[in-house]
Amino acid sequence: MIEFRNVSFAYEKNRPVLSGISFHIDEGENVGLIGANGAGKSTVMKLLLGFLQGEGEILVHDIPVCKDTLAEIRKICGFVLQNSDDQMFMPTVLEDLMFGPVNYGMTKQQAERKADEVLAGLDIAYLKNRYNHRISGGEKRMAAVASVLAMEPEVLLMDEPTAALDPYNRRMIINTIRKLPQTKIITSHDLDMILDTCTRVILIGGGTVAADGPAEEILTNKKLLEAHRLELPLRFSGSSI
Amino acid sequence: MNRAENALYELNEMDELANGNSPVHRFSALAKLLVTVIYIAVTMSFDRYDLSGVLMMAVYPYVLFQLSGIPFRTCIYKMRYIIPLIAFVGIFNPLLDRTAFVTIGRVPLSYGWLSFAVLFAKGMLAISASFLLAATTRIDAVCAALRKLRMPAEIVTVILLMYRYVSVLVEEVGVMSNAYHLRAPGQKGIHYSAWGSFLGQLLLRSMDRAQELYASMLLRGYHGEFLYTAEAGMAGRDWMYLLTWTAVIALLRSVPVIQIIGNLFM
Repeated sequence: MIEFRNVSFAYEKNRPVLSGISFHIDEGENVGLIGANGAGKSTVMKLLLGFLQGEGEILVHDIPVCKDTLAEIRKICGFVLQNSDDQMFMPTVLEDLMFGPVNYGMTKQQAERKADEVLAGLDIAYLKNRYNHRISGGEKRMAAVASVLAMEPEVLLMDEPTAALDPYNRRMIINTIRKLPQTKIITSHDLDMILDTCTRVILIGGGTVAADGPAEEILTNKKLLEAHRLELPLRFSGSSI
Repeated sequence: MNRAENALYELNEMDELANGNSPVHRFSALAKLLVTVIYIAVTMSFDRYDLSGVLMMAVYPYVLFQLSGIPFRTCIYKMRYIIPLIAFVGIFNPLLDRTAFVTIGRVPLSYGWLSFAVLFAKGMLAISASFLLAATTRIDAVCAALRKLRMPAEIVTVILLMYRYVSVLVEEVGVMSNAYHLRAPGQKGIHYSAWGSFLGQLLLRSMDRAQELYASMLLRGYHGEFLYTAEAGMAGRDWMYLLTWTAVIALLRSVPVIQIIGNLFM
């Protein structure tokens, strides 16, 4: 479904962030993209969404990511940004949910029905007519997920979905992610969350794919994680927290 | 509560007001917007010495304050930073135009003072009308009405985004201000030597945020036009509202009511 073929990218000449990375993600897979700060996780996301152009080839459903296919790619891949305030730019939650579907051709009535359906599915129907700037951080994150789901994406890309959330809201987001049927690519430093939501992990380090395999296997490999400036998930680290 | 948090609180209060359910709230945004524009234009058109005419225009805000249940003092409180500016606009008139037009007791009152009073009254009435529009109409409905009036999408989008992000910006200012004061104990305000870096940081953060925001818009198919869910059309009662107020405003403009009443007693 998603394929990176020998993709390289550099923000500055002679300082590559990614050097020929290749991986394939199948339909329905839940993949955690992990790595230290600056490893290139966000760059992978941006390349996939066409915000950056690198060398090599990126395919989504065999469609190459390029200028001419951006609308199609972005319809297939929904992206939940790390900061929900950046994602929720309309005054109310409803308007935000309707924004994407209307832009992609739904009528207002259809878009509102879709918004109702998504909000009900996530148990946040009560947020429908609330102002975005007046809801809590956890509610905003849920609404941001809903705004992407309303576009019926086949792939869900999520950037640090649990960042800055309290334990209750973090758990709520994790449970929500687990219930979603889409193919998912999640970047995060919250490795416990990755373990809870993903079956496969791709570790980016040194500009390459340093490891790619089952989540349990990679996230319990202390030596590998520490070599890439990461730590074991809390549940394996013996911490009492 | 620091000043930024206070500003945020006041912004939320305006939302609460706009979400009310008075008869005025229930009229369409388009009708209210048109009446407000007509009212302000007509109020501004009075002669600079026509104080009685301008004062009669207070009928419109008076009726709306009564119908909407919004206290006038709320308007004065919310507009407290603008009122001195209105006063400042005409502050030099008494100095420039000293010809006396009436003497009260032994004190001559100049045309300068009269024109100052007219200018101040016009300003106060205009901000009252604008406040009433904002306090009885949701911003999304106002934007939908502006688009209905063919205002360019770019301008309406900027208005909408400013409204959405003013709270985020105020929060950023609050956080930065707190961070500053934690490391500058005893200082009142932010020292002028730090203004440059303070504003620069704010600008950089805003630019970063703008880029993220635009990316988010593009990812959801943005192509230059925003979606407005609020109903922008006008029903029969909205037309009645518009026509009635247009007629009343025209009447107030063309008939010198205070002069007529004065003539009756002289």
